[in-house]
Amino acid sequence: MYRIINRKELNRTVTMLEIEAPLVARKAKAGQFIILRVDDDGERVPFTIYNADPERGTVSVIFQVLGATTKKLDQKRPGEYISDFAGPLGIATNTEGKKRVCIIGGGVGCAIALPIARAFRKNGAHVTSIIGFRSRELIILRNEFRACSDVFRIMTDDGSYGEHGNVCMPLVEMLGAGAQFDEIMTVGPMMMMKFVVEAARPYRTPVTVSMNPIMIDGTGMCGGCRVTLHRNGERITKFACVDGPDFNGYEIDFDEAISRNRMYVDFERRAYENTCNLLRKREEL
Amino acid sequence: MSIIPKKHEMPTQSPVLRSRNFEEVALGYDEETAVSEAERCLNCKNQPCVTGCPVHISIPDFIAQIKTRNFEGAYQTITRSSSLPAVCGRVCPQESQCESKCTLGIKFEPVAIGRLERYAADRHNNALQSEIQKPEPNGHKVAVIGSGPSGLTCAGDLAKKGFAVTVYEALHTAGGVLVYGIPEFRLPKKIVAKEIESLKALGVSIETNIIIGRTLTVDELFDMGFEAVFIGSGAGLPNFMGIPGESYKGVYSANEYLTRSNLMKAYLDDPVTPIMKHGKVAVVGGGNVAMDAARTALRLGAEKVYIVYRRSMEELPARKEEVEHAMEEGVEFRLLTNPVEILGFHNPDVPRDERNGFVTSMRCIRMELGEPDEKGRRRPVPVEGSEFEVDVDTVIIAIGTSPNPLIKSTTDGLEVNRRGGIIVTEEGLTSRAHVYAGGDAVTGAATVISAMGAGKTAAKAIMKQFGIE
Repeated sequence: MYRIINRKELNRTVTMLEIEAPLVARKAKAGQFIILRVDDDGERVPFTIYNADPERGTVSVIFQVLGATTKKLDQKRPGEYISDFAGPLGIATNTEGKKRVCIIGGGVGCAIALPIARAFRKNGAHVTSIIGFRSRELIILRNEFRACSDVFRIMTDDGSYGEHGNVCMPLVEMLGAGAQFDEIMTVGPMMMMKFVVEAARPYRTPVTVSMNPIMIDGTGMCGGCRVTLHRNGERITKFACVDGPDFNGYEIDFDEAISRNRMYVDFERRAYENTCNLLRKREEL
Repeated sequence: MSIIPKKHEMPTQSPVLRSRNFEEVALGYDEETAVSEAERCLNCKNQPCVTGCPVHISIPDFIAQIKTRNFEGAYQTITRSSSLPAVCGRVCPQESQCESKCTLGIKFEPVAIGRLERYAADRHNNALQSEIQKPEPNGHKVAVIGSGPSGLTCAGDLAKKGFAVTVYEALHTAGGVLVYGIPEFRLPKKIVAKEIESLKALGVSIETNIIIGRTLTVDELFDMGFEAVFIGSGAGLPNFMGIPGESYKGVYSANEYLTRSNLMKAYLDDPVTPIMKHGKVAVVGGGNVAMDAARTALRLGAEKVYIVYRRSMEELPARKEEVEHAMEEGVEFRLLTNPVEILGFHNPDVPRDERNGFVTSMRCIRMELGEPDEKGRRRPVPVEGSEFEVDVDTVIIAIGTSPNPLIKSTTDGLEVNRRGGIIVTEEGLTSRAHVYAGGDAVTGAATVISAMGAGKTAAKAIMKQFGIE
């Protein structure tokens, strides 16, 4: 059992939980993830690590309430426990040896982009951050990003805060004006990452994407998280859990990855509704 | 007294009934049947059956004890050699091991050794448990990586000699392939849980959610005071065929499919982990895992289930009983058939069509058997122009697994072979001092019992390292 130490609502649907897991905290690095189960009959769900504090022995995750599991997780309060918490999994983002980088985060993906931005900064890189959200009330980690960025741009789809538009617009503008990046690192919805790759393509700037496919064990056992890379005319299958989650954005088959992530949408919708009904009934009692 | 020429039949649930539920298929002998079967044993002096057993159980001795109704004695005889008797009685391929050497088998059917082993184990487990005596600690600490058959065996043997053993398991439940891979209807989870409980009673500590290679490394285990490490991490990595279409929705590795159903309980009516349950299912492969996947698919409600295997019935590597059970339950065998492509749905006009990207069919080619390969098995060769399509909604790939590279890549000086298997000596010692390995992590996908045998060998070597008999 793993104890919840802290809980903070970052906005209406996004919550941060700090969980006691000293062994994971000691090892966790930016870009890695954990797998948790809320209760004994729960599903295994991967969450990217937002922060790890080896001294406190805690790991923090940020999640958006989207399905049955995140709904249940969102009910947990400090002092309560979750059943399982395993990690750190995946290969950490390589943040060494870069002089100028551009970090692009979308929505709740910013929770992962932030520790990566911080790690790049710590390793001496000049960091440009572009973060985007649907609208003002969904914004998270704005001040944290500003504090660790040399250049900071914030976008909303509806223009309710920051600049009006998506994250690709400032990227294209900067690249067009001659900005040079050793690397663009992007974390967020797959569709957004796909467009970031397309925006960068004419400038041949290296793009690293952090993939978030459906997975079960997180140790390479199930192969459910497989992604296809196109390299020199060949198709290569990789497992995001052990070979990733970071991949060369130009090689990833995004259309396939997007399609695979929608495999269980019907099931997930039903499970979410059932959980909501259950919680509602419990409240009524 | 004349010899009964055939084994006493194993009572089973009827195929019609069982093909739609997850209850155990084979129901086990009753006392009279067990004694009568035991009486078929000739008690040969040279004990050929023992040589066929990877862990060398004193088979004629335990059978003699069943004959005299000393059932607890029979159980104790078995556990001197095997830590998991209730498991082995159920999943060992006896027809190619102990029973293949049975003298009776020359003229008649061999003694049903596996069924008798299961009887003794179940009888013991169902009886009131006597308190297990924790052995006197010998002061040595050993870490075991992985709680599958090899790890549990190694841990059990060491604990009996007073070692302080900690088993590290990456998943949330102990048991390894016994819980994520082998389905409930063949090996009920409560039997595995029972075996693990008795190990805990011996003093073995089991730590779940620890991934060695990530949460901790082998070197850190030594820093923590462990004096020897046994790696029994299994062959976790599923192989795919490398044919077009393997990324369509509805294509699973057998590992994923079985893990969803077994470990994550997707077979329940209202599961939290989803799985595709309906339509037509093709399972590619001919081993036990393929049979498990096919029979799971039936039970989940598939309307049709095919086994697609590139060789013929004779080469089918699965345990005979599993093949028979699968056939009785209605699994269709498409032999001498090999998939060449998996096809999926595409609606070019409606990119958001929810059916896009789901499997619709599989293109296969007929095979014929050619010259024998290096293992003596006749190599299947494609028959030109014989391609055809089978309508399917789900394809499960059960063509084997490779050792997981996680530990290798984080342990300096640990040597592996071309296939990723850890290289060990006859005693189970790796290229690193005090680091032992066994099971599928060494051999690649094999059987539960051979993994147990390797766990035993390593335990013996570890005892020797510390001068403990």
